[in-house]
Amino acid sequence: MSKGRFGEYGGQYIPETLMNAVLEVEKAYETYKDDEQFNQELTELLNNYAGRPSLLYYAEKMTKQLGGAKIYLKREDLNHTGSHKINNVLGQVLLAKRMGKTRVIAETGAGQHGVATATAAALMDMECEIFMGKEDTDRQALNVYRMELLGAKVHAVTSGTMTLKDAVNETMREWARRVDDTFYVLGSVMGPHPFPTMVRDFQSIISKEIKQQIIEKEGKLPDAVIACVGGGSNAMGAFYNFIEEEGVRLIGCEAAGLGVETARNAATIATGTTGVFHGMKSIFCQDQYGQIAPVYSISAGLDYPGIGPEHARLYETGRATYVPITDDEAVDAFEYLSKTEGIIPAIESSHAVAYAMKLAGTMDKDQIIVINISGRGDKDVAAIARYRGVKIYD
Amino acid sequence: MTRIEEAFYDKKAFISFITAGDPSLEVTKQLVIRMEQEGADLIEIGIPFSDPVAEGPVIQAANERALKAGTTTDKIFAMVKELRQSVKVPLVFLTYYNPIFTYGTERFLRNCQECGVDGVIVPDLPFEEKRELSDVCKQFGVTFISLIAPTSHERIKMIAKEAEGFIYCVSSLGVTGVRSAIANDIPRMVSLVRKTTDIPCAVGFGIATKEQAMAMVEIADGAIVGSAIVELVAKYRENAVDYVGDYVREMKQAVESVEEVQEKIAK
Repeated sequence: MSKGRFGEYGGQYIPETLMNAVLEVEKAYETYKDDEQFNQELTELLNNYAGRPSLLYYAEKMTKQLGGAKIYLKREDLNHTGSHKINNVLGQVLLAKRMGKTRVIAETGAGQHGVATATAAALMDMECEIFMGKEDTDRQALNVYRMELLGAKVHAVTSGTMTLKDAVNETMREWARRVDDTFYVLGSVMGPHPFPTMVRDFQSIISKEIKQQIIEKEGKLPDAVIACVGGGSNAMGAFYNFIEEEGVRLIGCEAAGLGVETARNAATIATGTTGVFHGMKSIFCQDQYGQIAPVYSISAGLDYPGIGPEHARLYETGRATYVPITDDEAVDAFEYLSKTEGIIPAIESSHAVAYAMKLAGTMDKDQIIVINISGRGDKDVAAIARYRGVKIYD
Repeated sequence: MTRIEEAFYDKKAFISFITAGDPSLEVTKQLVIRMEQEGADLIEIGIPFSDPVAEGPVIQAANERALKAGTTTDKIFAMVKELRQSVKVPLVFLTYYNPIFTYGTERFLRNCQECGVDGVIVPDLPFEEKRELSDVCKQFGVTFISLIAPTSHERIKMIAKEAEGFIYCVSSLGVTGVRSAIANDIPRMVSLVRKTTDIPCAVGFGIATKEQAMAMVEIADGAIVGSAIVELVAKYRENAVDYVGDYVREMKQAVESVEEVQEKIAK
C-alpha cells in the first residue's frame, strides 16, 4: 500500500505530469505542519483575520421545541467569508507562499471555497483563478461576483455535468498545464495524498474548539456531533478530535436530493461503491462500468459524486454513520432554523440541521447534540425562494 | 517477441489512437482495420470514461459521444475479440483506472488476454500506485505501459527501470490536444530513459502534422497521434474511415522517411 491510506482508501492516483507537484506539496506540508513559526502565523490569521474561535451557541428555543437532547450549534457560519472553508484555505495559501508559489487555483461548488481562496489570495498577494461548473455559476451568481470583486478570475466549466466534479477535473487539467508557479488549493478532504490529511488537519480546529467549549459549558463531551458531508471537510473537521472518544456518535448527513430511491441524489455512502477517482480510492456514485454518475442536490456544495477517503474508512469501521437527507427536508430545516433561532444556515449545513431535528426528540434531555453550521445561508436565499415558487427581484 | 516489441523492431513506430464507440463500435472496427492496412504499427483504443482528467477538449468530447452512444467495456471487449480474428497489429487499451477497478481488475485483464489486447495505458495510475494493476497484468500476459512527463525529472530513472513494452513520453505539460509547438524537453527525457533501459520511447500529446511526427521520431522510437485523428472522426463521423486512412498513410510515410534518412546516415 502506498502513502496516505485510511485502510484501503486514499492514495495518489494522479497523472505522472502532476506527481512531482503533489510530492512537493507533501514534502512542504511535512516540513511546515510542526513548524512553530508557520503555526503561529496561521493561528494569528485564524484569530485576527477569520475571527476564530467560532461560537458554540446553545439553541435553547430549538431544544425546547424538539423536546429532547440539548442542541448546540458550532457557528462556522460566523467566520470571515461565511463558512468553514477559510480554515483550510488560510493554511494552504500560507503553505503555497512558503513554497514560493505565486499563483493559486481552486475548484468551487457553491462558491464558498472559491470565495475563501480568492480572499486569502487577495490578502497574501497571490494571483488567483477559480473553476466553477456552469450550472453553479448560474445558481450562485452572487458568489461569482464576490470572487471577481476579490480580484480572482472565475472560469465557468462547461464540460460534463457542469458541476463540482467537472470543476475539479478542470482545475486538475489547469494544474497540469501550468504547474511550476501554481498551487492547487483543494477545498475538501479529497484528492491525492497529502490533501485529505492536510485539509483535515486544517479543519480539525473545529472539533478542537467544540471539545474545549462544550467542556466549559457542560462539563462533558457531546453525545452526538452532526455535520453535512459532500467531499466532507467540515464533517472531518468536526469529527476529528472525537474519533478516539467512543461515546460520541459521529453522524454525516449526505445530500439525498429527490431521494436515494431516485437517480437524482448525491448520497455517496447510501448509493455508491468503491472506486478510484480524483486522485483517491474511496466511495463514489458510479455505474457497473465505473462511469461516474451525474449526481444531483439542491445544494451546490454537496453536489459531488464522491466522499473523502477518511470518511470511507470511518464508514467501513462503523465509527461514523452516514444518513441521507432530501432536498425537501433540508429546505424545511433551512426555514426552521431561520425562524426559530434567527440564524440562516447554508443549505449544505441545513442537511445536518434536518437530521438533528429527527434525532433530538428521540434522545434524553441530559444528552447533547452539536450541529456544525458549516456556513451561512445568505447565498442560498434566492435559490430557496425559487424552490418555494416565490418570485424575488434582485 | 511480443506484438508490441515487433512494432518497434528495426523501425520507427507510428501509433494511432481512437476512442472506442465514437461514433459507433462498428466504425471503430472499420477504423482499426483500415489503420492497420495503412501502416499503423500499434493502435491505442480508448475505453471511454465519464471524467478523463488527462484529456483536452477533443478527446473529452469523443468520450462523451461514445458513452452517449451506449458504449460499454463489455461491448468493446466483444468488438476487439472479433477484430483479432483478422487484425495482427498490437492493440493497447487506454483508459482510466476506475473503469478497470470497478469492472474488476482480474476480470478485466482476463478478458484482455482472451480477446488479444496486448497492453494497457492508464494515465491516472502513477509509479507509486501501479502495482495493484501491473502485478495482475503480469499474471495475464498483458503489458503495463508507463508514462513519463516533462515534469518527471529524477523520477524517469525509477519509472524506466520497471517499464515494459514501450515508454509513453508525454511531450508537453497539460492535457492531450493538437499543439502548434511542442516543447523541446524530448531529447533530455529520451536520453534519461536511455541511461536506464533500451525500451523504446514513443512520444505523444500534441502531434498532428507530418513535420511534428518526423521531428519526434528523429529523437524517439515512435510518434503517437490521438487528437488529430479523433478530430477527423468527429468531423466525418460514419464516413471517417477514408479520411483517417489517408491521414494515417501520410503520417506513416513521413515516419518511414526519417527511418530511411537515419539508415543512410548510419551507413
